[in-house]
Amino acid sequence: MLNEIINFLGENIQMIYIIILSVFVGVEVIGKVPAVLHTPLMSGANAIHGVVIVGAIIVMLNTPAENILALALGFVAVVFGTLNVVGGFAVTDRMLEMFKKKK
Amino acid sequence: MEVKYILDIIYLIASVTFVLGLKMLSHPDTARKGNLYAAFGMALAIIGTILLYNHADGYTTREPIKIILILAAIGIGTIAGWLTARRVQMTKMPELVSLFNGMGGACAAIIGLMEYEHNLGKTGALATIIAGLIIGSVSFSGSIIAFLKLNETMKKPIRIPSYNILNTVVMITLILCGIFIVYTQPEHLLLVVLLFVFALIYGVLFVIPIGGADMPVVISLLNSFTGLAAAFGGFLYQNQVMLTGGILVGSAGTILTLAMCKAMNRPLSNVIFGAFGSGAAAG
Repeated sequence: MLNEIINFLGENIQMIYIIILSVFVGVEVIGKVPAVLHTPLMSGANAIHGVVIVGAIIVMLNTPAENILALALGFVAVVFGTLNVVGGFAVTDRMLEMFKKKK
Repeated sequence: MEVKYILDIIYLIASVTFVLGLKMLSHPDTARKGNLYAAFGMALAIIGTILLYNHADGYTTREPIKIILILAAIGIGTIAGWLTARRVQMTKMPELVSLFNGMGGACAAIIGLMEYEHNLGKTGALATIIAGLIIGSVSFSGSIIAFLKLNETMKKPIRIPSYNILNTVVMITLILCGIFIVYTQPEHLLLVVLLFVFALIYGVLFVIPIGGADMPVVISLLNSFTGLAAAFGGFLYQNQVMLTGGILVGSAGTILTLAMCKAMNRPLSNVIFGAFGSGAAAG
């Protein structure tokens, strides 16, 4: 058991470095955000996790073209992912546009 | 020169735009530009993946039908997402964010469902898949409930007797089921689908008792959940851009959630477990 965990960590050590450093970057980057920007920032971050669409595209590329059920599921996943990305960035942009006018 | 390296460099650029984008989004003067930078990086990552991605063991094929399907899905999502985002009233923005967040969660959950069978026998990969599946599903159903609440489709706070205990029990059962599946690795998908449904139910239970005024905080929390789910996907595929994007949103989202709580003068535990105060006020 312990062996397995150590092997898993060792094999993925680069990924784990990325994770730990990204956590710190995420925390530092937000730092002192003014309260007025809370909602746009949340929305922008929402769009960024839409990067999960890359995973959905990979699933589809790796699925054999005969497997219709899997392709259909992948199709739905890509639609959802795109909604997250495009909708997310568009909403954020609109919020910030309003922000500018107010100023 | 290997094609793979070009994709790696594209992912590197995209990751940097995400960090820069978030950084710029937290200052009023640069916020709009920051959003555009991140969007540009995202477009690069998506186009790069479609054109250049190849599985290390050669599973990747590019039959025209698959490329057409992928492009069609992106087309539909782009048009629908753009139109909704542009047309909806300004006051309805937060619920829209919640809806789009739910879409991301659903995407992560579907990836988990599809990858399960391919990774039987690899305990580490399965644990990653199951974790992404659970968190993605909870984020999906939770975000949809948050959307319906802000939308005022679900007006009345629904009170479930002793929901704190119920929710904790459901959450622990969910985690135990996940561990059970990773350990026993059933070949049939049925158990995994059940886990998926169970996670959806937990997402509903998690958000339902929370009062309307606390919704933005909950959306922010679910937002960081989806980030985490995306990161699990990145770990599974050894895909750096998904990993950095997901973890960044996960950690920045958590800090943002805490900042929002602080601005409201309410500790996070109150928001999640203390719905009775706001429920009583609303009722």
